[in-house]
Amino acid sequence: MKPNNASREGKENGRAFPFSFHLKAEDFIPASTEEKQELETMRERVSFWRDGIRRFRRNKLGMVSLAVVHFMMFFAFILPGFYPYNYYEQLRGSESLAPFEYSEAEKDVIANGGKVFPHLLGTDTLGRDIMARVMMGSRISLVVGIVASAIILIIGSVYGAIAGYFGGWVDTIMMRIVDIIYTVPDILIIILLSVTLKHPLAKLAETASFGWINKVGVGLISIFIVFSLLYWVGMARIVRGQVLALKELDYVAAAKALGAKHSRIIRKHLLTNCIGTLIVTTTLQIPASIFTESFLSFLGLGVMAPMPSLGSLAATALDGMYSYPYRLFAPAITISIIILAFNLLGDGLRDAFDPKLID
Amino acid sequence: MLKYIVKRLVLAAVTVYIVATLTFFLMYLVPGGPFLSEKAPSAATLAALEAKYGLDQPVTVQYKNYMLRLLQGDLGTSLKQRGKEVNDIIFTRLPVSAKIGSLAVVVALVCGVVLGSVAALNRGKTLDNIIVFFSTCGIAIPGFVVCTVLMFVLGEKLRLLPTFGLNTPGSYIMPVIALALYPMSYIARLMRSCMLDVLGQDYMRTARAKGLSQTKALFKHALRNAILPVVTYLGPMIAYALTGSFVVETILTIPGLGASFVTSITSRDYPLIMGTTIFLAFLLVTMNVVVDIVYKLIDPRINLQ
Repeated sequence: MKPNNASREGKENGRAFPFSFHLKAEDFIPASTEEKQELETMRERVSFWRDGIRRFRRNKLGMVSLAVVHFMMFFAFILPGFYPYNYYEQLRGSESLAPFEYSEAEKDVIANGGKVFPHLLGTDTLGRDIMARVMMGSRISLVVGIVASAIILIIGSVYGAIAGYFGGWVDTIMMRIVDIIYTVPDILIIILLSVTLKHPLAKLAETASFGWINKVGVGLISIFIVFSLLYWVGMARIVRGQVLALKELDYVAAAKALGAKHSRIIRKHLLTNCIGTLIVTTTLQIPASIFTESFLSFLGLGVMAPMPSLGSLAATALDGMYSYPYRLFAPAITISIIILAFNLLGDGLRDAFDPKLID
Repeated sequence: MLKYIVKRLVLAAVTVYIVATLTFFLMYLVPGGPFLSEKAPSAATLAALEAKYGLDQPVTVQYKNYMLRLLQGDLGTSLKQRGKEVNDIIFTRLPVSAKIGSLAVVVALVCGVVLGSVAALNRGKTLDNIIVFFSTCGIAIPGFVVCTVLMFVLGEKLRLLPTFGLNTPGSYIMPVIALALYPMSYIARLMRSCMLDVLGQDYMRTARAKGLSQTKALFKHALRNAILPVVTYLGPMIAYALTGSFVVETILTIPGLGASFVTSITSRDYPLIMGTTIFLAFLLVTMNVVVDIVYKLIDPRINLQ
């Protein structure tokens, strides 16, 4: 039916014989440069990144979570610089203020025409501004999440790639070790390690060349060590699985034939080709690390005073929970938002960059 | 089958051994012994106390002695709760944690599977969106937040439930919700994605085509296949239910194993720390082996080699 319809339409458009052998001279004029260019513009080259970003942009939830992550970064790293109070200063006479309440001294200043920035969330029992402490706590959480994930990424991907690439007995031994660490009850060991590491680290910090430990904080360093000792195994397993499949591909054989070293093949060919998986797993590792850190700090085993963490802020607020519920809810809501945003971001990135990987 | 089980058991034993060794030497590294935190005893008393508990011997000897006693199932005596066997402490406290933990596992499993399946069957509809939203939140909210919010709302504002102890049946509700929320949300998400996967399979269409009713096809074919990954998650879930109770037990002041572990660490009660760690590690590792074997029994397609 269709061809008939088409020819009838052709007649209606004024062209009498659509299938005739009648040639028109104007159809054979050489194409102008413009026309040539028009033909040349094929679809723009789509790289791996651009393809992934395009897919990610269409994901509304992913974009919103990305915005929230940016906002939290701003809140934790930049905003404290402009906020008139800091997390450790104990303001005499303004202990336990309610949100937007002023102390006597501050009221005097206001009465004299001065300006005092309000305590957005009030102050704690020692006279420290809670908003400033929540900001600092978010900073600690984010730093822990990102740094720990970066360490895990490095250890896990290198370990997994080596095991998968060499195979055989190397693989067997390496993965047996992973199996054992995997079955170790992590929370138990994390609690133990974070307690026991503090003293040796504090001692180490006293020696001259390790003075930087005090700057970062013993609690934080021990958390980094603990996480990087235990949590890389998940990453190693995932990377090994990918490498096992990738190493059979032709370009690896080609690289070998060209005489590339093992380290080069792993770096340039294997790890770069599972970059999508690496990004997604690292992003999803961030909320997991933040989760564990807040849990540790809540039990009083995480970062040390006066450094606040969202977990320890919630823990201290627990005592006065019925009189000052906002002191508990501010850090609790902040930590939930951070973890939620990173989880959704990771999910979005997985859909965009690594459609095959489903949990 | 036997070979597989033996292999898994050996791996489990190695894990427990490593945990025990690691814990032992880690604790040795910590300065400040168990007797220092009280009002400082005289040097002679200290020496006598250390001699009594064998703390004056070289670390290798202590390690050997401990391991030999461990093989006989003896976890030693507590240093802080004078005269109490660690075994006794563990076995009076374990039932409390186990009750909450097992209730939480059951709640998480049942609710998670039902919610996940319902979400998958209503894909894209409002109900699906609601379930996905809440299960995503459930994964993101830490246990201590859930626990404190529950305490605040149910315990203080509405005064429905007691906020501490485990004396009435009602007092189980809060710890169980706090413990079950995370695994429930996780299972719901897992179940939803697996169910969607299974519903798109050819055998589902075949089942309907050969005249099976929708309900029968769902229960006989879809659910059985989709639930397999959830079974794999059971091992880690049990681990979570047991160790996750650290926070819940501390906040709600429940006299369970988790709370005692945290206090034993802060008070440097070496034998109690060792005992609890080894016992929990043993329990978790055994659970993992059992779950793995059950998993292979449920799914006949999996090769036991």
